[in-house]
Amino acid sequence: MTPDKHTSAASDAAPATARPTLEVDRLNLSLKIDRHVVPIVTDISFSIAPGEAVALVGESGCGKSITASAILGLPPENATVTGKIVLNGRDIAGFSKNERRKLCGSEIGFIFQEPMTALHPTLTIGHQLTDTLRNNLGLSKKAAMDRAAELLDRVGIPRPRDILKGYVHELSGGMRQRVMIALAISCDPSLVIADEPTTALDVTIQAQVLDLLEDMRTEMNIAMLFITHDLEVVADFCERAVIMYAGDVVETGSSRAVVDQPVHPYTRGLLDAVPHKDGSTEKLTPIPGTVPQIGDWPKGCRFAPRCPRRSPQCELRPEVEPTKRGQVRCWHPLEETVQ
Amino acid sequence: MLRYIGKRFLLILPTIFVPLILVFLLLRLSPGDPAGMMLGDQATVDQINALRQELGLDQPIWMQFLLWLKGIFTLNLGDSIFFRKPVIEIIPSYASVTLLLTLVGLTLAIIFGVTFGLIASMNRNNPVDRGVVGWAVLGISLPEFWFALLLVFVFSVTLRWFPVAGYNPPSAGMIAFAATIFLPALALGIRQSALMTRMMRSSMLDVLNEPYITTARAQGLPEKKVIGEYAMRTASIPVVTVVGLSASYMLGGAVTIEIIFALPGLGRMLVEAVGRRDYPVVEGGVLTIALVLAMLNLLIDIIYAYLDPRIRYQ
Amino acid sequence: MSEARPLVRVRNVCKSFGNVKAVRDVSFDVPTGKTFGIVGESGSGKSTVARLILRLVDLTEGKIEFDGTDLLSLKSGALRRQRQHMQMVFQDPFGSFNPRMTIRETLTEPLLVHDLGNEKSRNQRAAELLTEVGLPQKALDKFPHEFSGGQRQRIAVARALATDPQLIIADEPVSALDVSVQAQVLNLMRDLQVRLGTTMIFISHDLRVVQFMCDEIAVMYLGAIVEQGPRDRIYEAPAHPYTRALLSSAPGNGKQDGRRARLTGEIPSAHQVPTGCPFRSRCPLAFDRCANEVPKMYDVGGGQKALCHLLDTSEKAA
Repeated sequence: MTPDKHTSAASDAAPATARPTLEVDRLNLSLKIDRHVVPIVTDISFSIAPGEAVALVGESGCGKSITASAILGLPPENATVTGKIVLNGRDIAGFSKNERRKLCGSEIGFIFQEPMTALHPTLTIGHQLTDTLRNNLGLSKKAAMDRAAELLDRVGIPRPRDILKGYVHELSGGMRQRVMIALAISCDPSLVIADEPTTALDVTIQAQVLDLLEDMRTEMNIAMLFITHDLEVVADFCERAVIMYAGDVVETGSSRAVVDQPVHPYTRGLLDAVPHKDGSTEKLTPIPGTVPQIGDWPKGCRFAPRCPRRSPQCELRPEVEPTKRGQVRCWHPLEETVQ
Repeated sequence: MLRYIGKRFLLILPTIFVPLILVFLLLRLSPGDPAGMMLGDQATVDQINALRQELGLDQPIWMQFLLWLKGIFTLNLGDSIFFRKPVIEIIPSYASVTLLLTLVGLTLAIIFGVTFGLIASMNRNNPVDRGVVGWAVLGISLPEFWFALLLVFVFSVTLRWFPVAGYNPPSAGMIAFAATIFLPALALGIRQSALMTRMMRSSMLDVLNEPYITTARAQGLPEKKVIGEYAMRTASIPVVTVVGLSASYMLGGAVTIEIIFALPGLGRMLVEAVGRRDYPVVEGGVLTIALVLAMLNLLIDIIYAYLDPRIRYQ
Repeated sequence: MSEARPLVRVRNVCKSFGNVKAVRDVSFDVPTGKTFGIVGESGSGKSTVARLILRLVDLTEGKIEFDGTDLLSLKSGALRRQRQHMQMVFQDPFGSFNPRMTIRETLTEPLLVHDLGNEKSRNQRAAELLTEVGLPQKALDKFPHEFSGGQRQRIAVARALATDPQLIIADEPVSALDVSVQAQVLNLMRDLQVRLGTTMIFISHDLRVVQFMCDEIAVMYLGAIVEQGPRDRIYEAPAHPYTRALLSSAPGNGKQDGRRARLTGEIPSAHQVPTGCPFRSRCPLAFDRCANEVPKMYDVGGGQKALCHLLDTSEKAA
């Protein structure tokens, strides 16, 4: 048995003391737009243990996807990223572009929202899979093909040998996303980033794909960063949740706690805005106003303009404070912070 | 795939025959009588009629066409009225010049077009890109004969690197051939290369924004492979369309270039044959061009199907 | 259940595109003044049903009555007049407006098309509509791109209301919106529907949203209605295996008993609809009869009906 590059630490030590697979510490990202530097994401910190799923939750334009691209090492060309990104003990933020590229695919797998456009339209599925395997693991053509067929079988694709010869347009939405997952886990990564992996899928298919992701994660002890706008999925699927609003982390905690007893008024607002679970037809409680345009963040507390609890104090920027179960960035949280 | 090629092949047959019918009719409806032209001013009506009968010109037009069609399938395109030689013996030497000219011109156009287009797309919005785009606009706006004259003036008259005109066939040695073909081919290809530059650039820029390119990078593939294989594969599809159009355009544009550089090509041959009302030669020339174009389009269709599997299923 | 005459009556409607049957033998009534929901996944035919009712496409078989008139009998002029009584709200808040028209022009256009009122009354109506959907008057002279997605959907609702229609068909009206904004539009649509008494057909893939909005619900799968009934019956006592699977697949239902009930397999393509019951290829309860015989709609009671052989009591009794 060959010692696995990332599970060894976890299997020796108790999970509680295990070194996290990913630690993001005060990650900042700004974009240069027309000679102006626009801060997009401010002081994002979180960590993911091996085998753990952490959700990065927020609405469109809150900076969650761009944060993921920064962790992967493929941010937009006009972006500046600062802060620490520690992967398996090494700070990769300072790595060169080439060194970062080598981590892609081999140590970090990535799953995109729309597999139809995220897979190459005119190369066969097999070509794309074997390219990754040969490039990252140095496999021979034949060995790569065998491994690719195994992978497809593992993600629940029937007749893998035939599918390898086919193209993405020949597959259904669910099958496409399975191929995408096979690609992401093909080189046994320690971290998988999934950007809205089920948003484009039908409800019944979404459930299948979520189950598959969960199986892969536990079987391979993968740390997973799960990017979503859907708090319902978070509660079922992730251990912890990081809630983002307007480029800020506003609340973190165990996903159960965040969904059942949110501390930040924004999280509360998100939960109240969806139609009632019990089928009640009481009027919904929307969050007033609209999501700010990306980069066009309000001063002080960024949620204040839409917040029912705002006070003059909210003109100042709140700091991150610990709560009983996590952290919150708010002057008027729904529960006392722990001093 | 074979079925696809077969289907495409059937579809090109009309593209060969429609121009043939048009040329056949046009020639016969235009004033001027080849028999009269051959025998000169002194000929008697009897002499002319005898020759007309010999040439088959006294038959009704549809009969002449059918006879000619029958000739095509037996590889007998008739005799040239002027040269008094079978057309099938005259055409190859002229056609080979034009084909080589177009082929070399097309190759130069593709090499320059694709390279410049790639360079521009990799340097988006910096001076390199602007320079290339500026050159492409210029290249598209100016006509071939202007380039031809400019090239002759600079490289032949001033620098004396190339002969001013004339033609050496490849059999005379590759260097001698290259010396006479390079400038005409460049003059013929320059506009098309400008077109391809623009197409390559915009197509590449589109493709680089596609999610599957991000996926390829996220897979850890080196940038060389991402651009050279994953992006080029899709970005080249629209360029292939342009190559097809360019080739047909260049076959037509060859006439001017052949005249400027005094190349014994099909274009020049056709112009002269029309002047002499040498029907069989004109028809044979048009048939050759139509065949070449049809083959070219078939080739493009096959390249398409190779590049884009979605096409094969339609 | 209202005893009043239904506003829309759909009877045994089929629609084929080429050899693809997009809608198969669909029948339902839309009660006047109520909201009728159609839920389904992709390929279920729910949007085609909407287009059939608006007669944007013509049906292949069956009959659709609107307010007592057979839609198919209408000639183009009469059909155009009829259309002022039925309006539509689309999913895409970005694509459904002419970018060169101000909001005033957008809102008065339906009135102009149907030749209603004069310029003054039309402008007045536009102003009224904006207030109705909670937007300030100064929005009138702005262009669509100056508004957020949520605001645009409000404008789309205002435009649909302009001719004071009897029926509004909303096709996934909030699917493209952020959660925090979605609620604003849902509240607005429901308030207006109740206050104005407009009949609404609400199409969505989102079970929660449909539950919130609708009085009566039809569940579609591969072009057929598999279950239909009053809201509470559908959600509390789903009779069709597909409805049950759909409800349990929706996230947020927790995983009390380990894994949730899962459907296996993919939604078949519209070219390859299974014989017999369309759902049988994924149904955990399928048996021989499902492959051989198209099931009938069986009455479950309380106005609820489902398309499933398991509900055939006569067979079981025998």
